[in-house]
Amino acid sequence: MKSLNNPVVTIARDNDGKSVLRFLAGELKPKGKWLTPFNIISIPVIILGLVLIVIRFWKGIGSITNLSQDIPWGLWIGFDVVTGVAFAGGAYVITFMVYILKMNRYHSIVRVTVLNGFLAYVFYAGALLLDLGRPWNVINPIIGNSFGTSSVLFLVAWHFLLYMLAELIEFSPAIAEWLGAKRARKILSGMTLAAVIFGITLSTLHQSGLGALFLMAKEKIHPLWYSEFIPLMFLVSSVFAGLSMVIFEGSISHKVFFNQISEKNHKAQKGIISGLSKICAGAMFAYLFLQVLVFIHGKRWEYLDTPMGYWYLTEIAGFVLIPMILFFYSYRRQNILMIRIAAILTMLGVILNRLNVTVIGFRWDAPVHYVPTWMEIVVTLTVIFTEIWIFRWVINRMPVLRESPSWVNKVK
Amino acid sequence: MGIDRRIFIKTLGVTGVTLVTGTMLGAEVADDEAIEFQGMLYDSTRCVGCRLCEVVCAETHNLPVLKVKLKTGVLRKNSETQRTVINKFATSKGDVSAKKQCMHCNEPACAAACLTQAMHKTKEGPVIWRSEKCMGCRFCMVSCPFDVPKFEYHSANPKIQKCDMCYDRIVSGGIPACAEACGDALIFGSRSLLIAEARRRIAENPKDYVDQIYGEYVAGGTGFLHIGPVPFNELGMNTGLQNSSYPALTKGFLYSVPAVFVLLPSVLLGIHEATKNNQTNDEELE
Repeated sequence: MKSLNNPVVTIARDNDGKSVLRFLAGELKPKGKWLTPFNIISIPVIILGLVLIVIRFWKGIGSITNLSQDIPWGLWIGFDVVTGVAFAGGAYVITFMVYILKMNRYHSIVRVTVLNGFLAYVFYAGALLLDLGRPWNVINPIIGNSFGTSSVLFLVAWHFLLYMLAELIEFSPAIAEWLGAKRARKILSGMTLAAVIFGITLSTLHQSGLGALFLMAKEKIHPLWYSEFIPLMFLVSSVFAGLSMVIFEGSISHKVFFNQISEKNHKAQKGIISGLSKICAGAMFAYLFLQVLVFIHGKRWEYLDTPMGYWYLTEIAGFVLIPMILFFYSYRRQNILMIRIAAILTMLGVILNRLNVTVIGFRWDAPVHYVPTWMEIVVTLTVIFTEIWIFRWVINRMPVLRESPSWVNKVK
Repeated sequence: MGIDRRIFIKTLGVTGVTLVTGTMLGAEVADDEAIEFQGMLYDSTRCVGCRLCEVVCAETHNLPVLKVKLKTGVLRKNSETQRTVINKFATSKGDVSAKKQCMHCNEPACAAACLTQAMHKTKEGPVIWRSEKCMGCRFCMVSCPFDVPKFEYHSANPKIQKCDMCYDRIVSGGIPACAEACGDALIFGSRSLLIAEARRRIAENPKDYVDQIYGEYVAGGTGFLHIGPVPFNELGMNTGLQNSSYPALTKGFLYSVPAVFVLLPSVLLGIHEATKNNQTNDEELE
């Protein structure tokens, strides 16, 4: 897949705004080889997914999903939206570290993280449209006279929308550099700090808001996963979910887009990853502490010796405690491979936790359990693959991983 | 002047409060005229299980009239084609019927969950669903403690199906179709009168009733009230629900939102200013 990235060096040239249309038309064309392993796998899946989406809108949601009257939210909400947004949490954490705390070491990964977060919101929150029974009414909470202000979902919907805008502003200097728009870049980068502060505030509220969605389902969620602290736990876990995603995505990007990254940033990567692993370990410790507190405070011993109890222990011990120790240990040892393994374990743990709250622990006592159909999984993969396509398209064209064009520093 | 100064100030105050608190506290603003919700009282002791209510309900709302034989002990739920069902249970006092339908909560979780106000607690009492507002997110189904709202999964233009207490008939002066059709197990009226009537029946025939009105307190009180000869867990009712209202569970979170929105940005800006010196010679930050 390395061959994809060869012609990139010339793109970020200053084109002085001349013949922008021709420039854009040229940029839309694919670059590099077509028959890569990723393309061979993803193209058929995406085509199949699109067919399934047509069927879904034609015959109704029930035609391709296993959703039922008892379990109205399945894989598309539990995984695509709730888990996807947790993984997109890296953007607000990294911008907080770089722009607010001035941890300049992480500056080189801001753009790729923000891009990743932005695309995650567009696609995973966008996947919500597939799950809406009456998507033509989706603008009702945004414009018009149908504001359900007492709804947590109303808050989450608005925050998604505004946060996408904030992330777009945070990312926009890269677009301006790509288009060679010097003046626009100056104006847009002046808005970054405001967008960052606004974005962090929004993230705090909607990461926890996704948990607050389930507060009213008090009797429906297994008591080991339900507490009034779900919002706080979702917020804290989004920190290490997002950072693990940053470690994971960074490790892949550094291989796939190898020749876009400058010598300096290649060298810095080790320091970045081990720094992030320390933060992950700290956040996971806080999360674990919170979990234990809720467990003891809620007097939940009686549930522990049941199948769901073992499942809970698997999640907490296997996918929070162990990766936390691994993060600490490999940070001390400066073992990058172990950090990557810890990141993957953490991500699995976050998937497990979100699915346990939203799908597996939801109606755990129902006679018929929800298992997604293969079609729901294909549609989910379609969403993920399409996002990766767009991600790759942007990386190959805009100065995300590589350095900004030379005029950026001169203009200042 | 046509307008009394006191009324003017009062109106101004009410308008201000309404603007600030929005719909969240909408029901509590009108203090002068205490709203009396309409409701229904269902009496399992009197119900003979004829299921006429099921039939007239289907006819009234253009739903198919199902011809299913009633089996004792089989718990049927209301569905996307049946807004109400009657079940029969073998209990210590013989076979007893129980009606399942929307409870029309005083503070409905579905309406608090709805981000478009499609689910709406009307001032008359019924909780209704409005198609032109609903976007089909099914958050109402996730939130409803009684599992009442049902979704048409096999339609390209799906609706949420649930009992609306025949709202159209009520606003034009009528009563719900099921209450009209029923012999004497189901009556319609204002909630406080229904509770008084339920208490009277329990007091006069203590042998025929358990001393409890299901719906008086559960989930913060409901418009559909149920009395019967046996404890309600024997009638397929969920007796494990909380007595406080369900929307109260998210109140703490929602009330913290404005505070976070005011405080967090200022804190962030403060830290940003405080760490300015850390930005050594690094001018690349944009």
